[in-house]
Amino acid sequence: MFGRFTDPAAGAFSALQNEPIVLYTVSVVLVLGFLLLVAITFLGWWGVLWRNWITTVDHKRIGIMYIVLALVMLVRGFSDAIMMRMHQAMALGGENAGYLLPDHYDQIFTAHGTIMIFFMATPLLFGLFNYVVPLQIGARDVAFPFLNNLGFWITFAGAVLINISLGIGNFGRVGWLAYPPLSELAGSPDTGVDYYLWSLQLSGIATTMGAVNFVATIVKMRAPGMTMMKMPVFCWTTLVSNVLILMIYPVLTVALALLVCDRYLGMHFFTNDGGGNPMTWINYVWIFGHPEVYVLVLPAFGILSEVVPTFSSKRLFGYSSMVGAVLVILVLSFLVWAHHFFTMGGGVAVNTFFSIATMIIAVPTGVKVFNWLFTMYKGRVRLEPPMLWCLGMMFTFVGGGLTGVMLSITPADWQFHNSLFLVAHFHHTIIGGVVFGYLAGLVYWFPKAFGVKLNHKLGVASFWCWFVGFYLAFFPLYILGLMGATRRLQHYMEPSWQPYFIVAMVGAFIIGIGILLTVLQLLLVISYGIRHKGKLPVHENDPWGDARTLEWSISSPPPSYNFARIPTVKTVDAYWAMKVGSNKRKAGSFAKIHMPSNTSAGFWAGILMLILGFALVWHLWWLVIISFIATIAVIIIHSFTGNHDGYYIPATEVQETEDRFAAYLEAEGIKA
Amino acid sequence: MRLERQEAFCFFQCKSNGYPHTKYALHMGRQVRMKNLKKILDIAGVLTLILLLSGCDIAVLNPAGLVAYAQRDLIVISFGLMLCIVIPVMIAVVFFAIKYRASNQDAKYLPDWGKSHKVEMFMWGIPICMVTVLAVMSAYFTHRYEPSRPLDPAIAGDEAPLRIDVVALDWKWLFIYPEYGIATINEIYAPTGRQIALQLTAQDSINAFWVPKLGTVLYAMPQMNAKLHLLSGEDGRFPGVSANYSGDGFSGMRFSWNSVSRGEFDNWIGRVRRSSGKLDRSAYMALAQKSKDNPVAYFSGVDEELYYRVVNRCVADGSKCNEDLMRLAAAKSLWGELCSVFDPDVTGID
Repeated sequence: MFGRFTDPAAGAFSALQNEPIVLYTVSVVLVLGFLLLVAITFLGWWGVLWRNWITTVDHKRIGIMYIVLALVMLVRGFSDAIMMRMHQAMALGGENAGYLLPDHYDQIFTAHGTIMIFFMATPLLFGLFNYVVPLQIGARDVAFPFLNNLGFWITFAGAVLINISLGIGNFGRVGWLAYPPLSELAGSPDTGVDYYLWSLQLSGIATTMGAVNFVATIVKMRAPGMTMMKMPVFCWTTLVSNVLILMIYPVLTVALALLVCDRYLGMHFFTNDGGGNPMTWINYVWIFGHPEVYVLVLPAFGILSEVVPTFSSKRLFGYSSMVGAVLVILVLSFLVWAHHFFTMGGGVAVNTFFSIATMIIAVPTGVKVFNWLFTMYKGRVRLEPPMLWCLGMMFTFVGGGLTGVMLSITPADWQFHNSLFLVAHFHHTIIGGVVFGYLAGLVYWFPKAFGVKLNHKLGVASFWCWFVGFYLAFFPLYILGLMGATRRLQHYMEPSWQPYFIVAMVGAFIIGIGILLTVLQLLLVISYGIRHKGKLPVHENDPWGDARTLEWSISSPPPSYNFARIPTVKTVDAYWAMKVGSNKRKAGSFAKIHMPSNTSAGFWAGILMLILGFALVWHLWWLVIISFIATIAVIIIHSFTGNHDGYYIPATEVQETEDRFAAYLEAEGIKA
Repeated sequence: MRLERQEAFCFFQCKSNGYPHTKYALHMGRQVRMKNLKKILDIAGVLTLILLLSGCDIAVLNPAGLVAYAQRDLIVISFGLMLCIVIPVMIAVVFFAIKYRASNQDAKYLPDWGKSHKVEMFMWGIPICMVTVLAVMSAYFTHRYEPSRPLDPAIAGDEAPLRIDVVALDWKWLFIYPEYGIATINEIYAPTGRQIALQLTAQDSINAFWVPKLGTVLYAMPQMNAKLHLLSGEDGRFPGVSANYSGDGFSGMRFSWNSVSRGEFDNWIGRVRRSSGKLDRSAYMALAQKSKDNPVAYFSGVDEELYYRVVNRCVADGSKCNEDLMRLAAAKSLWGELCSVFDPDVTGID
């Protein structure tokens, strides 16, 4: 009846009882959560929250929710990172030297990696896809709005499940890719790996749904006249990223399912006995894992391909070679996975092949950086915060690529494998490439979504904190790796290593200040929103100036229907062509617009899947059956009874909205 | 200036029509130049500081083993070659941002220039050339230093390598010397200048054998037998670690590789032979229990076939050896035959 709650090996409440850090964190989170609920009730916001956000199928709102989720998980993942840096700065001399025992420390580094990749980077990605892609291709929504909503709530369920592991039970102590045999029942008898498995399954299902959505949207819903080669590069990278997801997430799903079979049904896919082979798991997860990092970085490349031309007031250099490079990366990313285990003893042929393939993939990546540089060349560069992030990305990412090529040389990798050199390399490319790129995109598209820019001074300060903090935090790790330090060490015995760990810790704190400054920026905007009682005033369509793509042709924030009239596209940089061709903003004869209806089925399905995941972790079989049947029932009921007819926005309302915007533009003296 | 005041109070609705006022832009331009210079100095300063702090021994760059020398050369050469591309790019990022900033009306402005075959040729050509060079280097050295192959006799000599069988346990290293019938926990002694042929396996979790001074991490996995050839060119005591996380006690899983003269090595063998520990199957089962931070221990006698049994997972009484299971499967079906891998090097004491 109570499943593993009665199993002492699972230690359901031992973390809360024995670890003060866990107890305090959980208490603070619960108190803050409670206060938030009280505040929402007091302000009478439940109705608005339900109608406008929880049940929405509008891609713009779902995009914002994804990004909010990602930012909250960024704070969680970053706290794990700060704890690790602080501990390692102290951990000279033995198990008790730092403030974290191996039991706890090992959970922290596992959670840090898992959360940052699956619950921070991926939702942030999907948030940006959701918000920007339909606007850039001149569409009114994504291809499958309900699926979009469902995908968000399932991601939410996965994120909540992984956070529950902090207080109830524990998280895995296996690293973010949970290699067996350590992650089998023999190596990890408690609930940690189960939390890992089920929250990743939930995240994987949602991500796959989202990928289906975006591939369909980009392939089928582009504005008339927008051929594939007239699409913005961000849409290209979104398309390729989502195609990659469709190809690799099934592999992850199957691998996780096989490990579930091992742990729940006593099978022997990856065990040491019964014919199991752990090497298979390693191959599966890296066939997934390597393209996964390209899934994360390609959209960051796409963002730069939008931001750099805008802030250089110049067209993107080499559009065709950008597209070609992205497609080459799509294919090559499947040919490099074994470089993650050159040290497994694969033999000369295997190691050579993967080494050369890995080096080859550096070529299109380098070409993209050159393309951005040549976009800036003979342009008029404006150093607004989004452009600062782009410059920071270009400057830093090439360094990450340098160490990547060094690692791709097999015999050299035999000295780097699993050392802090490797850790520094992948953070170099992930922070320098992915995070800086996404932050550029967030700051760039923020005024489109909310009508106001984030505070300029805080934005510049935040960038410099991230930039300086990153170098301070990770360059010592390169040197430590060369000194023989492996990753995931809970303590070390060499006094000469400690100064480097201390410098790294200082760097991490500086990054933390950068994050705080971003949070401050957001708080300022939230107070602006509250002052306007949630009804954000509509501002001009092109606040940065010199924008080139279609999303900048509509108001900020856009109306719920996006485009009153779907534009006809003739060239790349459709909005720029409209400006140059002195298109007049359409004034009248709008038609009524068909919109999809809200639905609560996605929310309920998400909650039920959260319960399902929790029940599976704790072996509450009765609850598993109930929640599983209920989830399927909710989806089926929605299929049959959900309001699929949608509703119409009458032409008069469209006319009013457009007139109001035209009047605003005239009052401000802005040409459309 | 009116605009600067506006800028200072402009919290949210900082209107920008794209082309900043000239004076404001000039002011920004100067600030930008200063910021960029400051940034470069900051980074340079920090890096110098870091390098200065390293009066310490950076093992990978200061190796003692034959394989590690080659690896260091590869690392340094590839780093230098890649810097030839990366440094100009980093400089270009800063330089272009300064030279082509919006406030610099002197710089040429070509808003529609987006295509140039010459530039494209360079952009694709230079990385391709670089990758070709590095690929050839990688292929050559991968072939030459393949861990499972003995080292080049021209350098390593004709002498038969010293065999050490390694078992990674939770959380200590067991080293068996099959030619001498002894074993140790967490301590290797090996003669300098003689090739060492290691075979690696593990009991419970995937580990990785790494002596940074001598080169080449190699995974030690249960059911597998990995082969590694190393040779030390210098006397010394080199720290060794596990390079794959294997649980709570992983950080304490250290050993020492002591490279000594032949005489010293024989003395050490004698010392181990005088100890009282015996490593038979039941002693091994006791060793396989989880323990952390094990001190160095010696075994003067090792059960024949112990390593064979560890790799084939039949140390425990009554367990079946994987090889026997594989022979049965191979006899039964083609699939069984394809899945069976027999390694004649996995034996016990000769």
